[in-house]
Amino acid sequence: MNEEIPAASGVPVKAGNNRPSLRRFLGDAASLFKGMGTTFRYVSRPRRVVTREYPENRGDLKFPERFRGQVVMPHDGNDDHNCTACTLCEKACPNGSISILTTKNLASKRVLGAFVYRLSSCTLCNLCIEACPFDAIRMGHGFEMAAYSRDDLDLILNRTEGR
Amino acid sequence: MTDYPALHPVGDWIRDALPPPYAAVANGALAVASMVALVTVTAIFLIWLERKVCARFQARLGPTRVGPFGLLQPIADAIKLLMKENIRPRKVDKLAYHLAPLLPITGSFLVLAVIPFSHNLQVADLSAGVVYVVAVSGLGILGVLIGGWGSNNKYSLLGAMRSGAQLFSYELSLVLCMLLVVMAAGTASLREIVLSQQGTVLDWWIFKMPLAGLVAFAVFMISSTAELNRGPLDLSEAESELTGGFHTEYTGITFSMFFLAEFVNMFASAALGATFFLGGFLAPQFGIGPVDGVLAAIPGVVWFFAKAYLIIFLYMWFRWTFPRLRIDHLLSLEWKFLLPVSLANLLLGATLVTFGLLIP
Repeated sequence: MNEEIPAASGVPVKAGNNRPSLRRFLGDAASLFKGMGTTFRYVSRPRRVVTREYPENRGDLKFPERFRGQVVMPHDGNDDHNCTACTLCEKACPNGSISILTTKNLASKRVLGAFVYRLSSCTLCNLCIEACPFDAIRMGHGFEMAAYSRDDLDLILNRTEGR
Repeated sequence: MTDYPALHPVGDWIRDALPPPYAAVANGALAVASMVALVTVTAIFLIWLERKVCARFQARLGPTRVGPFGLLQPIADAIKLLMKENIRPRKVDKLAYHLAPLLPITGSFLVLAVIPFSHNLQVADLSAGVVYVVAVSGLGILGVLIGGWGSNNKYSLLGAMRSGAQLFSYELSLVLCMLLVVMAAGTASLREIVLSQQGTVLDWWIFKMPLAGLVAFAVFMISSTAELNRGPLDLSEAESELTGGFHTEYTGITFSMFFLAEFVNMFASAALGATFFLGGFLAPQFGIGPVDGVLAAIPGVVWFFAKAYLIIFLYMWFRWTFPRLRIDHLLSLEWKFLLPVSLANLLLGATLVTFGLLIP
């Protein structure tokens, strides 16, 4: 029973080496104090607390870079957006949460009329954002989505029609 | 040597004001009332403390919403538990099922009755106080066993049997630790044990017996953790294995009795540890004149609670650091390690006492 087997840590240990020895005992005892030291560092340093108290810190919430809140459509200073009404996002959506309603502008060009986004059926899966070739939509930081009526969850993301 | 009168001014005042038989009754009622108040406040405070301390060990905040610092959280918990429907499974043994939750809390009540909270704050000073403590703390084990059996549920029964094995085993080392102090102090009265530790900090039994005191304290901490059914030795609950152990079938108020007893037991055990090893209500003295004067001016009851809560913090620290042991490891830890160590330690202590090798 003395063949060497590799331990998980990569340090070879002898199989069946379970005999009590003083060295082993002292090592085990030291490991207990090591663990207590680790936990004590958590107690003694209040800065390590990871809890954030939500309604109070609402003003200065910090979101991770890839946080996925409800879908938004960025607009520039002229209330223009990048959407060309190509409907790739509508096709990419597994829930049918997006409907692109088109219209014609003054030059009879097919443009976006209304970007209908049904938040009630959206799972925030990010597939529409991946499908968009123009970066016209992205995942926003909105997460307070409660509404009194289901109709309030049908949103139109573009601010202007027919541009 | 300071004089430590055993009689409290309030008791004296009542004895003066009333004829003897009524005074005895009134003083008894006062003692019981203060014990009830202590048990209630302690349990509520410890539940809060446990949640707070455990949160901080896990880098969380713990309860913060109900009251300042979440202090009223345990009261909210208690209301929730009391308002719950008390469900009794159909096939339980009614007597055993209803008797079991009462026993552990009774045990801890009775233990607290002999604890000297200060030199004049003790319900009863029994000359065989240690024997009494060991005897009544066994009620807790009985409650666990009866509850597991009466529930008529295989997981409860398994949990109770494990718990019984564990508690009976660890009682041995615990008693041997106490025996060491009793032998060194030459008395089994808890008050006398505290008074035998007068002097500096080095006169406390944890330090006064070189090595033996420290070993005894370590063994006391381990075995009392096991006695309290707290992690890492909380085999009787082992929620991942036994769905809650002996109190699986208990709900609402019956469950809260077990829950309450757990915390009161923790306090009682910490109080015993402070009494036996840390000089109980005595102020720590370091042999430096002015410092000693300031420390001695603080009332003994404050020191007592400070020491008890230090030990309670240690219990919590253990619980939130170490992983739970397996049942066979648990029992071999006791029978193959702690018991021989405490026996050898007792021998060492006896040698030290006989040849007068204590720290002067």
